[in-house]
Amino acid sequence: MSGGLFLALLIGIAFGAALEQAGLGNARKLAGQFYLTDFTVLKVMLSAILTAMLGTFWLGRFGLIDAGRIYVPETYLWPQLVGGLIFGVGFALAGLCPGTACVSAGSGRLDGLAVVGGIFAGVLGAGLAFPMLETFYRSGARGVVTLPVLTGLPAGVVVLVIVVAALGLFQAVAWHEQRARHE
Amino acid sequence: MTRPRPYANPYYCGVGLGLVLLGAYALAGRGLGASGAFASGASLLVATVDPGRASANPYFANYLADGGPAGDWLVFEICGVIIGGIVSAALAGRVRFGIDRGPSATPRARLVAAAGGGAIMGVGAMLARGCTSGQALTGGALLSVGSWLFMGALFVAGFAAAQLLKRLWQ
Repeated sequence: MSGGLFLALLIGIAFGAALEQAGLGNARKLAGQFYLTDFTVLKVMLSAILTAMLGTFWLGRFGLIDAGRIYVPETYLWPQLVGGLIFGVGFALAGLCPGTACVSAGSGRLDGLAVVGGIFAGVLGAGLAFPMLETFYRSGARGVVTLPVLTGLPAGVVVLVIVVAALGLFQAVAWHEQRARHE
Repeated sequence: MTRPRPYANPYYCGVGLGLVLLGAYALAGRGLGASGAFASGASLLVATVDPGRASANPYFANYLADGGPAGDWLVFEICGVIIGGIVSAALAGRVRFGIDRGPSATPRARLVAAAGGGAIMGVGAMLARGCTSGQALTGGALLSVGSWLFMGALFVAGFAAAQLLKRLWQ
């Protein structure tokens, strides 16, 4: 195993452990997000995004990492919009996403294993249908485009707006949970 | 059997997850992922059963170009996710063989929904070039427009679909 692949394994172990510790190996907790009865998904995802975003921004600013060498996913407007809509329906049905399904299956849950099998079948089927989907798959190609580029705002301003919005959301969730406890 | 320990504070877990993601950016030059590992596995399956078909299909051929799953970064990462999940659940006494389901869903209905939902997610992730890990988390923290578009679309559709699925979860 090369050093890069060993690193991938280690990063994966930490990733899986973080998901499991938060309870995201349990489909009921993830599904609860869609009924506003459990906010673990929002709390974990947003605080992870804030941490990685702020870390990349400030480490890049101080020259400790070369942000230009990080692979940024390219934007394909239509397939990512439609893919997101399709994915969301599947997520609400399955109660797990691909990463959390692996954690669920690993901790013994049969439903997690069924989701893992389903994802494999779905990717396989869509891959086999690729010749029919290819035109759509490549539509709306914009290359690497970030929110600062799109809006014309400095990266620091975009980061600040996201941080303020996320903190506001965290506070709103805290109030909602406090109200729900008193009922 | 010891009783399962309660889950950890989600904000701390999120910050921990964010540091893992930051570590991946800094050390590997890329973020996290999950659905890509499934695509890599599917490509190997097609290449094994029908090599001609795999090489003629640009989607599969792309995954096979760098040596297939045995050399794929995401395959090793997802193996790590499974190991990390097992170890973490075992240390907390949370390994349990069973089915997590809503209070009024039968085990059979839950498993059908799980497999069907998984298949739908597989199609969505294929079109979007990633899932909650590779797009929402990884691309989201890098401020990619397509990743934020994907994340917004998935939650809009998820909340809408959940209204029709109350019997499955509530």
